[in-house]
Amino acid sequence: MSNEHSMRRVTAIRNGTVIDHIPQGHALTVLDMLGIDDKTSVPVSLVMNVPSKKMGSKDIIKVEDRELTQAELDRLALVAPDAHVAIIRAYTVAEKMTINLGDEIVNVVQCTMSNCITSNLREPLPHRLKVVSRDPLELRCHYCGRPQDLDELVNNVL
Amino acid sequence: MFVDKDNVHEIVALVKVGGTTVSGLITMDDLTNEEILEILDDAERLLPVANGELYLPLLQGRILGNLFFEPSTRTRMSFETAMKRLGGDVVNLGDVKTSSVVKGETLFDTIQMVDGYTDIIAMRHPRQGAAQYAQDSARVPILNGGDGAGHHPTQTMLDLFTIKQAHGKLEGLKVVLAGDLRYGRTVHSLSHALTRFGCELVFASPELLRMPAEIVSDLQAHGATIIETEDLYSMMNDADVVYMTRIQKERFSDEDEYAKVAGAYKLHANHLSDVKAGMIIMHPLPRVDEIHPSVDATRHARYFEQAFNGVVARMALLCKLLGVKVPSDVNKAGGAL
Repeated sequence: MSNEHSMRRVTAIRNGTVIDHIPQGHALTVLDMLGIDDKTSVPVSLVMNVPSKKMGSKDIIKVEDRELTQAELDRLALVAPDAHVAIIRAYTVAEKMTINLGDEIVNVVQCTMSNCITSNLREPLPHRLKVVSRDPLELRCHYCGRPQDLDELVNNVL
Repeated sequence: MFVDKDNVHEIVALVKVGGTTVSGLITMDDLTNEEILEILDDAERLLPVANGELYLPLLQGRILGNLFFEPSTRTRMSFETAMKRLGGDVVNLGDVKTSSVVKGETLFDTIQMVDGYTDIIAMRHPRQGAAQYAQDSARVPILNGGDGAGHHPTQTMLDLFTIKQAHGKLEGLKVVLAGDLRYGRTVHSLSHALTRFGCELVFASPELLRMPAEIVSDLQAHGATIIETEDLYSMMNDADVVYMTRIQKERFSDEDEYAKVAGAYKLHANHLSDVKAGMIIMHPLPRVDEIHPSVDATRHARYFEQAFNGVVARMALLCKLLGVKVPSDVNKAGGAL
């Protein structure tokens, strides 16, 4: 099935943000990371397990009437580093954005080490994971230095 | 200090010391090899002050905050002794059970308070990363006296001092680290430092208590030669240092798991017949049964001197982090008690 057909599974949006090429099964985590929940008032469409030539299968999210900022999108680097992001205005792609993995991931996820000082969520300093290597992705907690288990980490979204 | 949660990574308190910028001592990575050797030289010159033979109030008017959130005898007392021998003063958190910590105070808030009362803080905390967290919260330097199973760099400095005293150098020695290498923070910090001085390392432990894989890979990435084994005794004969550690019951949540490894090594004087004459046996203490008292009288035993060296190494560290130069001739600078 072509990409065009996949995109037609949900209605085209007039204004907003489309996040395409999310790894299969990660759409809900992406929503979580973007803080989009049942209190969000704008329409949100989500398609999962769509066939994809490039990825085998993928997830797609469309958020209407909201243009996600670069800082918001960069939070997704952990789960969807290669996602394609388009800002839509009047039914056309006004801007294409990429997700950037910086040198540090701040206040997105919590260290996976149960005895890390940051496991006390009342402590006010930010959760900081340093990017030690990009390919393969390796992250370490700024405080305890523990390498992070990436599979476990996606369950630790703040 | 106000901390904006979103921008706090910009706010890291740095302390200017003698032209170098340091932010306390959290791990051994905070010191270069040259700085380590300078501090060990300072410690050597401070020996008569640590012994109480000479009065040298280099830190008069300075206050150390001792924050020990978990039990400590040697580290806490040696920090206190070091500060007082140098004419400084000490305030203690006291028993955690009677402090604000039991009322739910965060570490961040505790540090804000003590930061205002003191010039430097020595801290031990049961959680890993607590020392770095405290440093990021404070303006004064933090000396990490142990953070969970993380690091214990001030112990490493006294260990290095003890090794250099015995062998006259740090470079190229063969060091056997034995016992609880998984939870033992002293061996984590020490193995990093020894690697930087080109030592050959042997890690002897029960399978359950092996050195964490990420530490082994870090050390290997820095060029370390490492042998991992369960057999301690056969590795001792060509060693320059055998560093024993206690299997820490308090780090086990499961009594049965502890029972499997308790008493894994029991070093007895009988084991020392074929070791090198100059080989030294060290231990961060307290010991349980991993070193038999028969070893105490041998020329290899060095653990009680090692414990004393905690005072002199910490004196040198306090001076370094407070930006106070140790005089080249302490006898000239100091006075009789």
